[in-house]
Amino acid sequence: MNDVIDSAWMDRALRGARPRALAALLRYFRELDVAEEAFQEACLQALTKWPLQGPPRDPAAWLILVGRNSAIDSVRRRSKHVELVEVAEDHDRAAQLDDAPYRDDILRLLFICCHPELPATEQIALALRLVCGLSVEQIARAFVVGDAAMEQRITRAKKRVSSSDVAFETPGAPERASRLAAVAAILYLMFNEGYAAHARAILCDEAIRLARLLLRLFSDEPGIMGLLALMLLQHARSAARLDPDGEIVLLEDQDRSKWDAAMIAEGLATLDKALRHRRPDTYQVQAAIAALHARAARAADTDWSEIERLYARLEQLAPSPVVTLNRAVAVSKVRGPAEALAIVEPLAPALDGYFYFHGLRGALLLQLRRDAEARASFDRAIARASTAAEAAHIRTQLDRLQRGA
Amino acid sequence: MLYAILCYDHEDIVTSWTKEEDDAVLAKLAVVKDELASQGRLGPTARLMPTTSAMTIRKGKEPVVLDGPFAETKEALLGFYVVECATLEDALQVGKDLAKASSSPGAYEIRPLRLFMKGTAGGSVE
Repeated sequence: MNDVIDSAWMDRALRGARPRALAALLRYFRELDVAEEAFQEACLQALTKWPLQGPPRDPAAWLILVGRNSAIDSVRRRSKHVELVEVAEDHDRAAQLDDAPYRDDILRLLFICCHPELPATEQIALALRLVCGLSVEQIARAFVVGDAAMEQRITRAKKRVSSSDVAFETPGAPERASRLAAVAAILYLMFNEGYAAHARAILCDEAIRLARLLLRLFSDEPGIMGLLALMLLQHARSAARLDPDGEIVLLEDQDRSKWDAAMIAEGLATLDKALRHRRPDTYQVQAAIAALHARAARAADTDWSEIERLYARLEQLAPSPVVTLNRAVAVSKVRGPAEALAIVEPLAPALDGYFYFHGLRGALLLQLRRDAEARASFDRAIARASTAAEAAHIRTQLDRLQRGA
Repeated sequence: MLYAILCYDHEDIVTSWTKEEDDAVLAKLAVVKDELASQGRLGPTARLMPTTSAMTIRKGKEPVVLDGPFAETKEALLGFYVVECATLEDALQVGKDLAKASSSPGAYEIRPLRLFMKGTAGGSVE
């Protein structure tokens, strides 16, 4: 075996080439099954040929060409009536393949996964399988379900999207924009699924990988810049987000030396590019908030007045009681608990079931020395805590209350 | 003679390395670098952030700022600068100022550095 090609490199190269190769094969054959089979066949050939011939300059182009040929061969074998297309299998031709449409190919492939009739988790699972090339076992582990169940889900999802009629023509600008928006939304959902638990970190990695891929293809899209920046800035904190017992560590209590400095720097650089477009969306504003946290060397250095302004902007872009609650946190840091409480109280009907609402309300009441009300709020928060760390955090506040009393 | 050695690779593969894989590659590179450094032959080394953080200034009457890396294969890499800039706008301004120096077409690609080490080789070469 060529010592330049180790199996890890092979695996990366095939996975890296997958979105572009599979998307191009789908454009040729217009059927997911045929395209996938062609890609698989090309990968098998790559595994035997690359170690002997050396890796091709452009692995994706090689896989497209070989996959296309093998699928045409197998269609020929099945039917004598197929119009024959001659394609030579050589590296030069592979390099010459026109790849101008491939950014729309990849976008289409991702967009097909965002089928509106599929639940979000199945859209994510399908994208991980089809576009990222994760194994069913890896996806099953990330979603904490059995392999067989995940296999079934993915097969069902695939069947469902195969019957969708996504146009194969090159999309116009409005169609492209709406596809990008749908794909961005599913990538952020994928990222958030991964963010929820340490064992699922692979989902964050894949979401970031796909966002980087999209941004390389659509290099002047501020929406994708903002999304990538947001994910990088949040993911940079992952080593500090969980304590040794796997419990969530609150932002202000995190050991900031554990934040990934390279990822933060890349997130900030990407956000800077997005900001130049002056087209803020929810991802960009959230990225700007994450950037302010990232820039603060200590929690006490956080620029809360700017964060307050950004949450106000986020409320305009995407009003939600949770966003308002977050703005109240910033208000409490900037202008004190009384003003923050005035923002929090009206949210009670919407957020009564929400741990953070009662936790924040209790903390504000505590600061205002309304101890009895604070205690009642903390009790409600504990009742709604979903992790031991959340409950423990509130208990320390309650302890402080006892001591003060 | 000082030589610049430029590193090219498939970005999608390199950026998908895990932290451990990335560290392992850097460790192997460090063996080569340390040897050069011990001989006083190693100048500045830099690792660039992914091309998704890149911008390009196209030269012309008025320099045009574009998102994304420099993608023309007809033009060759002639040299580079490493400049301390407080903001992206500062970096773009430096690029624009450089772009006005000659009327030939071409471009300046602006790439944030992920890693920079000064090194000791050289001094300045005129």
